Amino acid sequence: MTVAIDRATGKRHGDRAPRPGPGGRLRRGYQKHWYAYAMIIPVVVVLGVLVLYPLAYGLYLTLTDANSLNTARTIGVNHIDATYKFIGLDNYKDILFGPTSYDRFWSHFIWTIVWTALCVALHYTVGLALALLLNQKLRARTFYRLILILPWAVPTFVTVFGWRFMLADGGIINSALHSLHLPQPDWLESTFWQRFAAIMVNTWCGVPFMMVSLLGGLQSIDTSLYEAAEMDGASPWQRFRYVTLPGLRSVSSTVVLLGIIWTFNQFAVIFLLFGNTAPDAQILVTWSYFLGFGQQPRDFAQSAAYGILLLAILIVFTSFYRRWLNRNDQQLAI
Amino acid sequence: MSTTTTPQRTRRRGELSRAGSLTSHGILIVASLIALFPIAWLVFLSLGPDSDDYLHPAGIWKKMTFGNYSFVLQHTEFFDWLKSSLIVSLGTTVIGVTIAATTGYAVSRMRFPGYRKFMWVLLVTQMFPIAVLIVPMYQILADLQLIDSYLGLILVYCSTAVPYCAWLLKGYFDTISFEIDEAGRVDGLNPFGTFARLILPLAKPGLAVAAFYSFLTAFGEVAFASTFMLSDTKYTFAVGLQTFVSEHDAQRNLMAATAVLIAIPVAAFFYLVQKNLVSGLTSGGTKG
Repeated sequence: MTVAIDRATGKRHGDRAPRPGPGGRLRRGYQKHWYAYAMIIPVVVVLGVLVLYPLAYGLYLTLTDANSLNTARTIGVNHIDATYKFIGLDNYKDILFGPTSYDRFWSHFIWTIVWTALCVALHYTVGLALALLLNQKLRARTFYRLILILPWAVPTFVTVFGWRFMLADGGIINSALHSLHLPQPDWLESTFWQRFAAIMVNTWCGVPFMMVSLLGGLQSIDTSLYEAAEMDGASPWQRFRYVTLPGLRSVSSTVVLLGIIWTFNQFAVIFLLFGNTAPDAQILVTWSYFLGFGQQPRDFAQSAAYGILLLAILIVFTSFYRRWLNRNDQQLAI
Repeated sequence: MSTTTTPQRTRRRGELSRAGSLTSHGILIVASLIALFPIAWLVFLSLGPDSDDYLHPAGIWKKMTFGNYSFVLQHTEFFDWLKSSLIVSLGTTVIGVTIAATTGYAVSRMRFPGYRKFMWVLLVTQMFPIAVLIVPMYQILADLQLIDSYLGLILVYCSTAVPYCAWLLKGYFDTISFEIDEAGRVDGLNPFGTFARLILPLAKPGLAVAAFYSFLTAFGEVAFASTFMLSDTKYTFAVGLQTFVSEHDAQRNLMAATAVLIAIPVAAFFYLVQKNLVSGLTSGGTKG
């Protein structure tokens, strides 16, 4: 921020009289900003009640051994009190370093990173390629655009089932592969193909958003830049490299960050594609859900601990990403 | 050597050579087919009367019927699910937009102590993985006996819809000229008056985008709805659709028909609003 003008009141921040004491400053601050605070109070209350309180409670649960057998519950008319106890950081220690922690956490962690990186890379490159094609003067351009955003228009929970029918054992994809005399992988059973299928479906779902955002970015690039580049004898590749890509930088940095967060947190695709049947294809989010709600007894404490770890990973990543952008003199448009 | 070059048709900027245009069309047609096929396949399967027809799709041509649709509409909880989905999504939308509106305005126009921290909180809440809140929310709602109630699910959805709407609306308010605020101030309106009388009427498109987005997100949410809704008449579509395929029994034909019935209105709605949605989502930006 360069201009520190309070835009609603038109007062300049520097115009203050000599600094009053702390009490006076508080009072002055209150007088000056009270409508700002009054306007944000609804959201502050909602976030406090619906986000911060559950977050704090969840954090507390991660320090206990809570599961569905020892938390408070009501069966019929009987109310059973909670009996779980405080065990400190043991959950985190167990998840990160305990026996079989590789199978329970690190393998999912690595797969989540691979999943996020591959999906976002595919979303971005396919989205960019399609956006470049659609940015040409082409007949039926609007028509293509409307068809290509279809995977975004239909809710994911619907389309994933379409994919499940296609990927099933005797489904259309394997029938087609069979008639072409190609090997028919068991998409929904073996780990590698499960992962392959998950990435494929998620790419299919995620490309339209990238395509449309990047198309918007492409259309906002000044055409005179292309003219100038052409005058200077730049080849198509050079025009792409030195005009198009820099012109897309701010849109790209935003959609890539959004894409990373969304893909990292992507629940519906894997959950609906495999349910609880594919332990090795679960990313951390769905794995944590499995621990908390997909097994008996439900392990609430560990599930919540995974959640906290996930949030920590995202926060660390996002702050590095923002810092990296700021160093490259980029602003994040979200 | 003759100096006359072959007379080249002068192409205007952006026009493609014949080969280039053919390649572009070719790639776009393939991509469109890929985008279309899974959904078209679902529609095709929904016309087959037997649950195993997806294994022998060729047979469907001979016995095509709308029987699945009439069965779903008459003999399943389809309309209950429709009602739940609408209650929950509309409830989330109304609460989210109403609560977020003044905040979006405040963070767009005013700089107050704590501003940066507040914006950071808004940003971070948007990237909460569902795994963070689902366990504590489950416990809290169970204590309040709000499991399996519409209100409980609406409250859960508001935890993401409210910060997101505030963020989107800030982006929209930023595009409204600050001179309008000045004019309001000169005319003796306080910030609340300026907001209610001058800015809010101008911000209708922004409010609409926030509303569409909340609605679509709430409508398509899977994890919380699958966990918190227990009785099958209160399922939202995202949960109800899963019930067709259980371990014992898979009514794939009915599921396909239900999926199509859900997809058509939602996709139609999406196409109506998509132009606004896209610009709202990517330019709803902040600097600073």
